[in-house]
Amino acid sequence: MTAASQATAATATATATATLRGPDAGTARTALLFVVGLTIAALAPFALYPVFVMKVLCFALFACAFNLLIGFAGLLSFGHAAFFGGAAYVTAHAVKVWGLPPELGLLLGTAAAALLGVLFGAIAIRRQGIYFAMITLALSQMVFFMALQLKFTGGEDGIQGVPRGVLFGVFDLTQPLTMYYAVLAVFVFGFALIWRAVHSPFGQVLKAIRENEPRAISLGYRTERYKLLAFVLSASLAGLAGGTKALVFQLASLTDVQWQMSGEVVLMTLLGGMGTLVGPVVGAGLVVTLESYLAATSLPVPVVIGAIFVVCVLLFRRGIVGEILARLPGRKA
Amino acid sequence: MFDLLGVSPQVLFGQLLLGLINGSFYALLSLGLAVIFGMLNVINFAHGALYMVGAFVAWLLLNYLGLGYWWALFLAPTVVGLVGMALEKTMLSRLYKLDHLYGLLLTFGLALILEGAFRHQYGVSGQPYPIPDLLKGGQNLGFMFLPNYRGWVVAASLIVCFGTWFAIERTRLGAYLRAATENPVLVQAFGINVPVMVSLTYAFGVALAGLAGVLAAPIYQVSPLMGSNLIIIVFAVVVIGGMGSILGAIVTGLGLGLMEGLTKVVYPEASNIVVFVVMAIVLLIKPAGLFGRER
Repeated sequence: MTAASQATAATATATATATLRGPDAGTARTALLFVVGLTIAALAPFALYPVFVMKVLCFALFACAFNLLIGFAGLLSFGHAAFFGGAAYVTAHAVKVWGLPPELGLLLGTAAAALLGVLFGAIAIRRQGIYFAMITLALSQMVFFMALQLKFTGGEDGIQGVPRGVLFGVFDLTQPLTMYYAVLAVFVFGFALIWRAVHSPFGQVLKAIRENEPRAISLGYRTERYKLLAFVLSASLAGLAGGTKALVFQLASLTDVQWQMSGEVVLMTLLGGMGTLVGPVVGAGLVVTLESYLAATSLPVPVVIGAIFVVCVLLFRRGIVGEILARLPGRKA
Repeated sequence: MFDLLGVSPQVLFGQLLLGLINGSFYALLSLGLAVIFGMLNVINFAHGALYMVGAFVAWLLLNYLGLGYWWALFLAPTVVGLVGMALEKTMLSRLYKLDHLYGLLLTFGLALILEGAFRHQYGVSGQPYPIPDLLKGGQNLGFMFLPNYRGWVVAASLIVCFGTWFAIERTRLGAYLRAATENPVLVQAFGINVPVMVSLTYAFGVALAGLAGVLAAPIYQVSPLMGSNLIIIVFAVVVIGGMGSILGAIVTGLGLGLMEGLTKVVYPEASNIVVFVVMAIVLLIKPAGLFGRER
């Protein structure tokens, strides 16, 4: 069993019971959850600081993209910062220097991340498990050094003062609320895409690869292609999240491409629950909240983050959402 | 040849020496990683942090207890080894039955804690550590000037590396170790205490990192961040060499260090990424690594 499959045993049971009760009950509940979630997200900026919620949404999308790989294909990438930060740089550069509108900037950023995903994916999927993690980490470190040295990234300063611009020539993103709903739309789009991918035949093949790759091969699937496609999809969505983040904070910097960022997204997913769709969103919300809370105290952030890592790995590997799903009454069929 | 590269021999050999020294550290660290991985099936992300701890122990011994370099050379690896043993007993040992990725995640968390704590306490700026009196000065080799301490670092790490290779491949204890790597249950049935052996292996592996930290202290400054960037390069080294062979880890480490030094002479901008480029090429040609076998 792979890491993710242990973590998602709970989800599997949950899906199984949902099917037992008839598909309609499961779909209705999912739809209800979706509507409730969307309502909360739509009202959030009136209760909370909008920039904070936007940060949560960006990282939530980033974590969901990452989770597509670890949770559904069983591949632990330790280099997702390269896609997140790389796209942030490209979007920032396109919008600020080339003066492109934000939608084109985002598109270019996402395309850059996808291209990077093809390159890295082609190299990294040649090895599995632990090696995969080390290779993606090393490749992303290469991107970090390039960001440090190339001219257009601005070295230590990063790209600052990125204009938000006017989306589709209609929506003025300098208005905080307009920006917020644009970010929410991006997030919903990304989340829906992941939901669709996971519940498609493609997603089923990914799960088969995760559980037993030799068997998937023997069934005639070209697992390499599936893994590469999952990797590119995950990289592109991570890039979309990164580009959006660059617009929200009007900044692309070295922090976005550093290995600590790759570690952070791993933590968000692990904390929320690997292999659950909602888990990464919860994890991202918690980690971002915790970090902004810790920033006001004198506690060293990395130590706290590291301690959460250790506790998660030792005590609850299913993550918060995974644990809840496992403990819901009537789900241990 | 020198005219061809357009550099003076002093610059070329100077950079090659720097490369050799970096390579010695890559070799020591990747050796420790390989030993630990062989026995525990864990990639020790905390290796870089423990290398940093080794350097800091040396610095603390000097500044608070007045114990010099030669004491540190012995005491720091011991301290790091004991810390490692404690970590293995209390945390890592709970994860052996799970997927190997959890070991990576746990040690990643430990690395963050160690680094964050030292950073909180001592800041990000480096602390200088003096070269021991015995090794001050240098030799003029005719074509270049060799500082004694740097020569010592290369020699010492080569001795430790080959000593480790000999102990694992040529002694009785090493035979137990290799047997336990293949089949721990059977080895235990022969009356060998495998859990203790596992703890000691981890302690030894991280002690190597601690030793590398002490050796590095007078060359680089003692800083909380000294391990984190190094460990990623060492990961790439391990991927290139493959973890199947001890000798492979040593040779790859030294070779890549030299290659990095050479790149600094020819095309300095690429020196940071040359190891990663080599890794990508090796993966495309020989996915199992130069000396590796697929596990």
